[in-house]
Amino acid sequence: MPAKVAGAGASSSSAPLTVPAPRPPVIAGTLYRGHEGMWSWVLHRITGVAIYFFLLVHILDTALVRVSPEAYNVVIESYKTPIMGLGELALVGAIGFHALNGLRIILVDFWSVGTRHQRALFWGVLGLWAVLMIGFAPRHLIHVFGG
Amino acid sequence: MTTIDAPRSSAARTRSGMNLEKWGWMYMRASGVVLVVLIFGHLFVNLVAGDGVSQIDFAFVAGKLSDPFWQVWDTLLLWLALIHGANGMRTLVNDYVTKPKVRSALHFALASSTAVLLILGTLVIYTFDPCPAGADPELIASFCSTL
Repeated sequence: MPAKVAGAGASSSSAPLTVPAPRPPVIAGTLYRGHEGMWSWVLHRITGVAIYFFLLVHILDTALVRVSPEAYNVVIESYKTPIMGLGELALVGAIGFHALNGLRIILVDFWSVGTRHQRALFWGVLGLWAVLMIGFAPRHLIHVFGG
Repeated sequence: MTTIDAPRSSAARTRSGMNLEKWGWMYMRASGVVLVVLIFGHLFVNLVAGDGVSQIDFAFVAGKLSDPFWQVWDTLLLWLALIHGANGMRTLVNDYVTKPKVRSALHFALASSTAVLLILGTLVIYTFDPCPAGADPELIASFCSTL
């Protein structure tokens, strides 16, 4: 219930201030906050680290083109195996999330109403990510497992 | 009317010069937007178009890296992505590593690995020979035979 306090200070004619009652506690398990904002932050970190370590490996494997055609082809063949094919699906999933959530962070930072809509923006990120993966996954899996 | 002094300690630091952390923050957002375009383009050409991952071999990379368009694309990708990733890792080190010596060691490892990979990657892009002398004609691009 909102409690009413009299307007303090010189202007006694102003409307009394309305102080909202404290919100009832929200049970969110033992997680810190545990809502969209936290999951956005957690997933952004995890996907970022994963992409970073792949990038280190990817620069080195591509540098093999400077060694010899044979050296590059031997290593790149391993990217076409079933296990690595699934790894590439996970990698594209991580990149897709990190990219879309990064754009969400920019909107929260620079768009005047971005902060107010940060939760809706997170669900928008998940929706666009799902569309992206539904488009990419079948095509990539056919490239890896198909004839 | 009483005036309350600004609660400033005489020991408070006064900032002068440019704020590097602010520019780091700006870099993550600016490079992030460009990287969304560069990486989605990279993934489309390499994993979605044509035969996807199964088309990638030395001749495929040679075809791309002999085109100035992809040389510039890959150079931007290398520099923007690796610095973005290393700066993100620096954020995690600052958040989770509290021992000063370990922090310094990790900062040094990030900076030095980034410098080495930027130089290596750039040299690979601009010193790459798509038709190396004496290479197996089966492994190199078809346009090599017309040279």
